[in-house]
Amino acid sequence: MSTIDLTDPRAIDLASDAYDDLEWEGARLRVRDLRVAFSPDGVRRDVVRGVTFDLEPGRCVAIVGESGSGKSVTARALVGLAGHGSIVEADELQIHGADALGFGAGDWRRVRGREVGFVLQDALVSLDPLRSVGAEIDESLRVHGAGDRAKRGARVLELLERVGVPDPAVRARQRPDQLSGGLRQRALIASAIALDPDIVIADEPTTALDVTVQAQVLAQLELMKARGASILLISHDLSVVAQLADHILVMRAGEVVEQGPAEVLLSAPRHEYTRALVAAVPGADTRGTRLSPGHAPVPAGVPAPIDPVPVLTATGLVRRFRGPGGSVTTAVDGVSFELAAGETLGIVGESGSGKSTTAKLALGLDHLDAGTVTLHGEPWAPLPESKRRTRRRLVSVVDQDPLSSFDPRWNVGRILLDALPRDVRGAARGERVQELLGQVGLNQDVLGRFPLGLSGGQRQRVAIARALAPRPAVIVLDEAVSALDVTIQAQILDLLVDLQRSTGVSYLFISHDLGVISHLSDRVLVMKDGVVVEHGTPGDIFERPQHPYTRELIASIPAFDYPLTSGKA
Amino acid sequence: MTAVRESDVPTTAGRPPRRRPPVDLVASLVLLGVFALAASVPQVLATHDAFAVDYHAALQATSLSHWFGTDESGRDLYSRVVFGSRESLLIGLGAAGVGIVAAIVLGALAALGPKPVAVVIDRFVEVLFAFPALLMALLLISVAGPSALTQILAVGAGTAPGYARMVRGQILSAKRSGYVQAAVALGHSPARIVRAHILPNALRPLVAIFALSVGQSIVWASSLSFLGLGVAPPSPEWGALLDAGRAYIVQAGWLVVIPGLVIVALALAATTVGRHLQTGLEKGEK
Repeated sequence: MSTIDLTDPRAIDLASDAYDDLEWEGARLRVRDLRVAFSPDGVRRDVVRGVTFDLEPGRCVAIVGESGSGKSVTARALVGLAGHGSIVEADELQIHGADALGFGAGDWRRVRGREVGFVLQDALVSLDPLRSVGAEIDESLRVHGAGDRAKRGARVLELLERVGVPDPAVRARQRPDQLSGGLRQRALIASAIALDPDIVIADEPTTALDVTVQAQVLAQLELMKARGASILLISHDLSVVAQLADHILVMRAGEVVEQGPAEVLLSAPRHEYTRALVAAVPGADTRGTRLSPGHAPVPAGVPAPIDPVPVLTATGLVRRFRGPGGSVTTAVDGVSFELAAGETLGIVGESGSGKSTTAKLALGLDHLDAGTVTLHGEPWAPLPESKRRTRRRLVSVVDQDPLSSFDPRWNVGRILLDALPRDVRGAARGERVQELLGQVGLNQDVLGRFPLGLSGGQRQRVAIARALAPRPAVIVLDEAVSALDVTIQAQILDLLVDLQRSTGVSYLFISHDLGVISHLSDRVLVMKDGVVVEHGTPGDIFERPQHPYTRELIASIPAFDYPLTSGKA
Repeated sequence: MTAVRESDVPTTAGRPPRRRPPVDLVASLVLLGVFALAASVPQVLATHDAFAVDYHAALQATSLSHWFGTDESGRDLYSRVVFGSRESLLIGLGAAGVGIVAAIVLGALAALGPKPVAVVIDRFVEVLFAFPALLMALLLISVAGPSALTQILAVGAGTAPGYARMVRGQILSAKRSGYVQAAVALGHSPARIVRAHILPNALRPLVAIFALSVGQSIVWASSLSFLGLGVAPPSPEWGALLDAGRAYIVQAGWLVVIPGLVIVALALAATTVGRHLQTGLEKGEK
């Protein structure tokens, strides 16, 4: 098989011709060379080109791509919601055999909900905060004139039951803010399928959900598929897609670079970009290997020796928060750990597990209710800030959102100079900034630029350079790669591994992503409700989990078993 | 060559083509320029001696020789407006300046000061809020006597509480920001963080607020003069012109209408510029 050459304009045509030859019986959605463009200022900008696929009963087609790939625009174009000023063209666009290209606003309204259900990404903003979820679901029934009040009420309960919401009668009367993220997402699915559409388009249905909740939502979609629904799944997450999809389209910069049956595409990706995507998924098997292509292989030889004397020791950390009405929540409850030099300690947990609070306590940026932290054997927390300040340079931090951690008025050069310790003087300051740029793989020209004008990956590199500037002993990385596209995440993870080898710095690595944790960590703490439920090596945790919660967590990871040997050392 | 390096995919495309500046902004800037010229070198713009009394020409309507007409003493109203602009503008700018400086001091103390100080300042600002601004101005003027200086102080004191609240909010949000947290984690001293991050970021929006405040202050100062609580006639300060013209509102309506329009024009221009600055700054942050 040959790789599709994108520079050849005929490539896509050839690919879709080949696709046409296949016989599809009764496709519910038939898309041929879909193109979407915007022209806000009279200049036409194509954002999607050449999307071709069929969606049959009981099947799932997935569109995978990173931010800006055009996958969401494609999904929205299929329900007539591409947006103001958009131009949607196609050779064919058929919904249940009807030509959707000629649809007016009224036609689309009839199609949406009844024929095509659309599950939006963010349940919190997509549900009306002032209405009960029952009323929300009822509305789509009422608008489409589905029966009287009593009948609709029964139908709402039936729908909630069907998407796996426990106690539907109670839940239907609750507002979105009274429901957990998973229940909200399921309520949203219920409202999308209220009128029994046989096509369901789900745009990132599990993004921002905890992994155990994600597993429940995926199981729900799986069930709908088994019952004969056709699902179009939009996601950036290959492991989610691998779970559900029969056919996958990989999009990049508005183009479909590769498509094919899920098994074939994931196990033998032909396009370079698909290969990079598949290779970039971190996990236990990828430890010690490169996630991003085109870099030197991991230097051979032994990793930096792990010093038996701990750099950072936390003992019995407790942090309580006072809630309204005198209630007290214990966010962190007796957490202890040791971090050795050159070691990576991963803390994994779902939202509300107290992992970020633990990071803040370790950094000495939050008040400790009980417990102590020592740094190089000397007290670190609790300690008055004035006594700690001179040693602050030993502990650095990299956040999830680098942009908000930079002063918006400062360019990269000033940000890095500001982070240098005072004892670096004169010409040495400029040299050190150059050295830092080199270490994180950034070019000279970013120095004069502002964080706002940098890409997400570049920003995170600047944040890492700033963290390295004082030559710290420990860097606390709080969800530092969580907001990045998977290929960028792969590059940053590779960078972190390199930096640890060259500088011997220790990482306290906090993440909700088990794949990332198992890729990077030497030891892992699993947190739930402020307590460490299990700790051990990644091997212990991921292969021989002891605690029931850890087992549930491991079982929830979407299986992604497509190890790529090419492109890796 | 790497297939997917992020530097190939910048998040922001090239700058959009430069658009023409909005008409209202240009008109406002031109108007402010004319006022600034009138205030700095009135003799260039004036057509007559603003103080020369000519009873033969009293209460004449607008004409080619007297563009804005004449007052009860035959003085040329146009020239008086021109000569009055220096005092009017200085009072407006001064009052806005006093208001903003007081607001910065109060707001910064409330947000950064030690807790007891912050609590006292907060209560003080609340008390100021509770007083109608005009009542406070009356109080101040009855104590210190009407003059341009008390007018500036009175209007400044009237605007300060609102802006102090704004400054306090800005500083508090800067204090909670990620970049301040990052600076704390780097071990920078509180003084350095306030100087390098908190004040510059918190005070940036005040540039626009100041321009808005100038417009408002000029209107307030003129109202005080009109009530006889500020600069008194025969000074050609615009509020004073209104006050003097009040007696002839039936026979010579232009004596009130024209200075009134001038005040409105200046306030509008300053406000327009302020609004544009504000949206410009907000866009810059996005």
